[in-house]
Amino acid sequence: MCSLQKRDGVFILTLSGEGEHRFNPPLIDFILSALAHVNQNAHLASALITTNDGKFFSNGLDLQWLSEFSSSRENRSQILVFKFGQLLTALMELKLPSIAAVCGHASAGGFFLALAHDYRFMRKDRGFLYMSEVDVGIVIPPSGMSIVRSKVDSRYLTEIVLGGRKYTAPMAFKAGLVDSVHDNSAKTLEAAIDAAVKMGQKNWNKEVYLQLRLSLFSEPMEKLRLGTKEGSPLLSRL
Amino acid sequence: MCSVEKRGRLYILTLLGEGDHRFNPCTIDAISAALQEVQDSPDAGPLVTTNQGRYFSNGLDLQWISQNPDVPLSTLRIKFETLLASFMRLRVPTIAAICGHAAAGGFMLALAHDYRFMRGDRSVLYMSELDIGLKFSKGFMAAIRSKLMPGTLRDVVLGARKFSARMALEGGIVDSVSADSPQTLEAAISEAQKLAGRGWKKEIYCELRLGAFPGVLEELDAHEDPYNFPLSSKLSKL
Repeated sequence: MCSLQKRDGVFILTLSGEGEHRFNPPLIDFILSALAHVNQNAHLASALITTNDGKFFSNGLDLQWLSEFSSSRENRSQILVFKFGQLLTALMELKLPSIAAVCGHASAGGFFLALAHDYRFMRKDRGFLYMSEVDVGIVIPPSGMSIVRSKVDSRYLTEIVLGGRKYTAPMAFKAGLVDSVHDNSAKTLEAAIDAAVKMGQKNWNKEVYLQLRLSLFSEPMEKLRLGTKEGSPLLSRL
Repeated sequence: MCSVEKRGRLYILTLLGEGDHRFNPCTIDAISAALQEVQDSPDAGPLVTTNQGRYFSNGLDLQWISQNPDVPLSTLRIKFETLLASFMRLRVPTIAAICGHAAAGGFMLALAHDYRFMRGDRSVLYMSELDIGLKFSKGFMAAIRSKLMPGTLRDVVLGARKFSARMALEGGIVDSVSADSPQTLEAAISEAQKLAGRGWKKEIYCELRLGAFPGVLEELDAHEDPYNFPLSSKLSKL
């Protein structure tokens, strides 16, 4: 489902395999334990890079998992949204700078995953960023909206969120959605590793870095916290 | 320390001398007194803040802090937050004519103005806190966040990037760039005169500014210590 390596003092989390890397509780738990490992070893690394095999960064939530047992669809919905909130929170609370090396399509939850990273690098030869919720007919919760508002220039908000516009890498770069674009997956990952190594050379205090990120994105963090509060007894056991 | 010149209805506040115009209680009081003069003048037009020498300002006076060990660190921070709040409360438009380097508190002072004009050569904007290992108080972060676009904000706070005038213009940090100090000041004064000619009601202008940047004044007035954000993710407690 996902693998974690360390190279040149950089953690690389790869969403593995040729599929759409859609999020269901098992995958999210895998990623959460990888992130826990990264946090425990933050002092040994300069950054985390999240990337993917194949043609998809991620196409978002696993809607098939939601409908597996029709009787529990509502429960499953709650669980999946809750867990996805946990994933975004864990990323925003990561003790290291983070780079999403987007090597394929990133839609809906996949787009959010990319946005939850500090930096985004993207491959040029294939793939687009796409907030598909309006097309699929799903509401974005306040936490998600808050993340979009804090990371995206307001002049593009309407066409991204209300227009479901698909952004190719050059368009994404122009709109400031990604920080750099590269010829192919390998070059995207390489560039992300270079950037991570350069960040490591700055010898930033990691506790300060985390606090700066949290204070910078205090509004989304507040909304995420509300979304993942221990409410129902079912959810609090997750 | 600073001088105030009235030219027609315009006010020009100049940080004097060849030094780096750092903020300590004396220099802050001098600037506050100048602001009070502008605030009290019934027919005051826009304010232009500028500097002599090679520095707009390098921020808080760390030397003063080490020479006054019995004064709590928060004292200077609170005084500077009050100064920034005074700029927010000013009932006239404000333009920072940045004729030199502006770092940390100096960069914040420039951001506290409505407009920023910058000299093109030998001037860098730099939020140095991450490199030094310092967090921002809620007030400072609110002030910084309010004036910068998401991508630029990320680069300023989480990247501690040094912005040349051209980069600052591209990143939307400054509104215009001129060849040298005299031309920068001239451009700022010319703009100030245009703004003066609009005949705006002072109370309305101030209310509009506070409404456009909600929460900033409240955070600056609250003087909350740099504090630690609660981490909600169990994984981050490792």
